[in-house]
Amino acid sequence: MKPETRNRLIALGAILVAGSALAWIAFGNIGENLVYYWKPSEMVAQGQKAYGATVRLGGVVVPGSVLFNTEHTALTFQVADSHKGDAVKVTVKSEQTPPQMFREGIGVVVEGAFSADQVFRTNRLMVNHSNEYRAPTDGGMPDEAWKNSLTKAE
Amino acid sequence: MASWIPLAGLIVLVALVIAQLAVPSSRAWVWKVAAGLGTLELAALLYFGLVWAPPEAFMSDVGRILYVHVPHVWACLVAFTINVACAIAYLMKKSWRTDALAEASAEIGVYFGAIGVLMGSIWARPTWGVWWDWDPRLISTTVMLLAYVGYLAFRSFTEDPERRAAWSAAAAILGYVSLPIVWFSVRWWNSLHQVQSTGSTVDKPMRAVLYWGNVTFLTFLLAFIIKRYELARARQSSALELPPVQAPKTEVAV
Repeated sequence: MKPETRNRLIALGAILVAGSALAWIAFGNIGENLVYYWKPSEMVAQGQKAYGATVRLGGVVVPGSVLFNTEHTALTFQVADSHKGDAVKVTVKSEQTPPQMFREGIGVVVEGAFSADQVFRTNRLMVNHSNEYRAPTDGGMPDEAWKNSLTKAE
Repeated sequence: MASWIPLAGLIVLVALVIAQLAVPSSRAWVWKVAAGLGTLELAALLYFGLVWAPPEAFMSDVGRILYVHVPHVWACLVAFTINVACAIAYLMKKSWRTDALAEASAEIGVYFGAIGVLMGSIWARPTWGVWWDWDPRLISTTVMLLAYVGYLAFRSFTEDPERRAAWSAAAAILGYVSLPIVWFSVRWWNSLHQVQSTGSTVDKPMRAVLYWGNVTFLTFLLAFIIKRYELARARQSSALELPPVQAPKTEVAV
């Protein structure tokens, strides 16, 4: 075989393998087996199977649901699928200091376990930022809000 | 910054690329112009990104890392795209130039990708609350960078230039599969990393600075790739002119 022919066959083979691998990942059912987090509705739908296993739960913090205990060492809030009123909600308990970005209405991913008392206990609380980048509106400086939240937490 | 300024920077960059490719006499100075221009653009980016642009509404000053994190990953993806184009071109028509450009673009791409991931990690700590988590975007980006590190390792382990060029080109085509996976990972799977921003999700002044950041690091990408390409060409010419290695004629005493 001439080297030119061999090189073109290599190209053809590599492109075929690469294309089918990509198609398999894009259109195959690999997405159903790779789950980074469950939404509250997906976790609740699992029923008893969801209890006890270490999983990630992702959603939005329900406005008005964030409660710290008096010593400010434990935190309870609800996570919902979305901001719609009828979205499925799960109560989450955390004893970790939340990230500075944590606030009502923001997206979160929590790692922990769901139990039969319908409480999700987490030791890893992550905040999920959206793809929106906005200048501060109504003249409020975010720096000030941050400093206030920090002094309150201490 | 007016929104046309990044576009003007992009036009200058495209002109430099055309000069480098089409006008042989310009090859002595294009990389110097690109490096100098990139440095000036970086100085402007520091001012526009750190002082001129407003802080982000939720993230405050931390959000300013957007202007360097995203352009680095962009430069990485552009470099890997140059790499696969050269790989296919080499296999279609053998040329030591495209082989050298493939090597240069892969190595510079790994550099930009690694710095981009590092900046993402620095950004993640104050916003997500963690330095790292195995979310689909972070996994796929790690796999992509490791694939290209493997590609470069393969190149340096293979002695025969013909075999190295042909088989590393095949590896480059396979490695490029990771690019669309990285790009779509945030849409195909639930992830901690946000989906791509579009023009409407970024406020106008921030968008202009982000585009300026892209122009700045693409200009550096050009300068770096040209220098790395020249190095690869120099190595090639010394390797190809060497007499064939002769096995030492020693009898093995039994």
